[in-house]
Amino acid sequence: MRKILVYDGSFDGFLTAIFDVYDEKLTDVTIQPKHRSTQNFFDTSSEVVTDEKKAHRVWEGISKACSKTGKTNIYRAFLSELDGIEDTLFHFIKRSLAERVDVAKDYGDAEILKISKVVKMVGREKHRMDAFVRFRQTKDGLYFATVSPDFNVLPLLIKHFKSRYADQQWIIYDLKRDYGIYYNLQEVTTIVLENSDAFRSNSKNGSFFTEEEMVFESLWKNYFKSTNIVSRKNTKLHLQHVPKRYWKYLSEKSPV
Amino acid sequence: MDYERIKEKLNILADAAKYDVSCASSGSKRTNKNNRLGNSSGMGICHTYTEDGRCVSLLKILLTNHCIFDCAYCVTRKSNDIKRAAFKVQEVVDLTIAFYRRNYIEGLFLSSGIFKNADATMERLVEVAKKLREEENFNGYIHLKSIPGASDELMREAGLYADRLSVNIEIPTEKGLKLLAPDKNREDFLKPMRKVKNEIIQYKSEKKLIKSTPIYAPAGQSTQMIIGASNETDAEIMYTSAYFYKKFQMKRVYYSGYIPISHDHRLPAIGTEVPMLRENRLYQTDWLLRFYGFDIREILNKEHPNLESDIDPKLSWALRNLDQFPVDINRAEKRLLARIPGVGMKSVQKIIQARRYRKLNWENLKAIGIAMNRAKFFMVCDSREFESKDRTAAQLKSLILSQSSSKFSKAHSTQLNLFSSIETPIAV
Repeated sequence: MRKILVYDGSFDGFLTAIFDVYDEKLTDVTIQPKHRSTQNFFDTSSEVVTDEKKAHRVWEGISKACSKTGKTNIYRAFLSELDGIEDTLFHFIKRSLAERVDVAKDYGDAEILKISKVVKMVGREKHRMDAFVRFRQTKDGLYFATVSPDFNVLPLLIKHFKSRYADQQWIIYDLKRDYGIYYNLQEVTTIVLENSDAFRSNSKNGSFFTEEEMVFESLWKNYFKSTNIVSRKNTKLHLQHVPKRYWKYLSEKSPV
Repeated sequence: MDYERIKEKLNILADAAKYDVSCASSGSKRTNKNNRLGNSSGMGICHTYTEDGRCVSLLKILLTNHCIFDCAYCVTRKSNDIKRAAFKVQEVVDLTIAFYRRNYIEGLFLSSGIFKNADATMERLVEVAKKLREEENFNGYIHLKSIPGASDELMREAGLYADRLSVNIEIPTEKGLKLLAPDKNREDFLKPMRKVKNEIIQYKSEKKLIKSTPIYAPAGQSTQMIIGASNETDAEIMYTSAYFYKKFQMKRVYYSGYIPISHDHRLPAIGTEVPMLRENRLYQTDWLLRFYGFDIREILNKEHPNLESDIDPKLSWALRNLDQFPVDINRAEKRLLARIPGVGMKSVQKIIQARRYRKLNWENLKAIGIAMNRAKFFMVCDSREFESKDRTAAQLKSLILSQSSSKFSKAHSTQLNLFSSIETPIAV
């Protein structure tokens, strides 16, 4: 009988689940986050209680068995939140621990090739956010941007934005997952806004932002138009680079 | 700031700057120290893409489009009846900072029409870069155009503030340049290029000894050629390009299909299609030279002065050298793997890593992502099935073409259809 381990969706929770698999010597097992858990009649399920100590021990074990890339790959693929990614990662972790060699590049193994593809997808989404974040200055001098990335990439953005915008306060807010990262000129912390719905529509929110802001947005839009070469129009290529789902956050693509 | 006036200037001077293809913001190494503004640490970022699909990474503008030269191919030429404008130094600085802080751009690409003389123009460009670095503590990316004929001292100073410098040689052959830009000579282009190259070498060697040596144009130099304005062959273009890569250690050579902007009888008429397919084939060749270990003489030579338009240059080379195939995926060295049509450098890397664990078969290779429709005729792997039939190059070519569809197929058919409207977009 297949056993389902249901964890809380956090990375520590996932690692705790792996601890439990080894601890209870489970063989036919699948790991699922609470909000995506599917169960059928023949399965039994049990809830994983997230335990930082257990998670830490598993991470230590992985660190010894995997290369640095292998480790980063686990974390990045986890952030994809794709269905079944936990089991794919568990396959990789199990092989690493058993074989004691770096198997991260064994692309002949379908699951491992899948991880490398998912890591690439997550990396691409992270890079898109580096590019598509559009800050608007609020009346209290803070630079504020909203996003809703396909994958949970906010944790991967911190380093880049912190070292680039070191002299300005900024917030990047993930509307899909309802949390954000905030840089206060010292450090980056995670925040949850009470009125995040106010930013959900693409209204200009005149009450939050400075008047200058509208001017820069329109200058940028003008620039975007002027730099285009009409006789080379290539809509397919344009959409490939800037898929429509990102347009709502790009001032140059908004109709008004 | 008078926003309406700025807006108008921005429209004119961005429009005039757009024919410069380069928008690279990569390859620099300027870190952000002491919590200042910006960095450019190697990886380029395209913040958006124009509707023609080109990356927008930098605020790309001219300082002014007033120009004393009259180059036939240039939209800013003296004799062209267009609106002229000029930015003040401070206006460019303010605009760059405002756009940068909002994460619109990676930095500034500043070029200019030549007013008064080369040095006066270059001096003004350097002034903008200096202000950004010293007054605004800006560590983002700066690309300055080297003005042909600018003095050595100015070029030395420019490299201390800029990440990249570029001079566009524009016309691939000297005879073409004489015809289309009689007031310019090639030496004027080469002079600042040579100076920058030498400074880069010198600063690099000093930096090895003295760590505090400032960085000089860390992202190197680039140049650009217009394609299809002066009846040059592909070989002429690519040999010029190979010369610049070798002699001037260029980071990039860009190829820009000529966009008709003038009724001048020396140039293709207005309405002529932009040669985008040709441009694409040239870039493919450029990549073969820089990343795949090809020598230009293998691809273009006296017998083959032009690239084939219906197949890519690597496939074209392979069909002329069938004696070098098939390549064994599980044994061949990297250099040979890179020569298989349909196998890119990313796949080469993956193959080399994956074959350490097991012998790879067709299924593995497909999953890794190589283009089977071309590759399968040129390789063997861990399988008894392989393309064993002996075919001639012509047979192979028609077989491959019949099994694939090119994104440029429309371009091929419009070339046949003389009566189709000129407005037909060629790549969709």
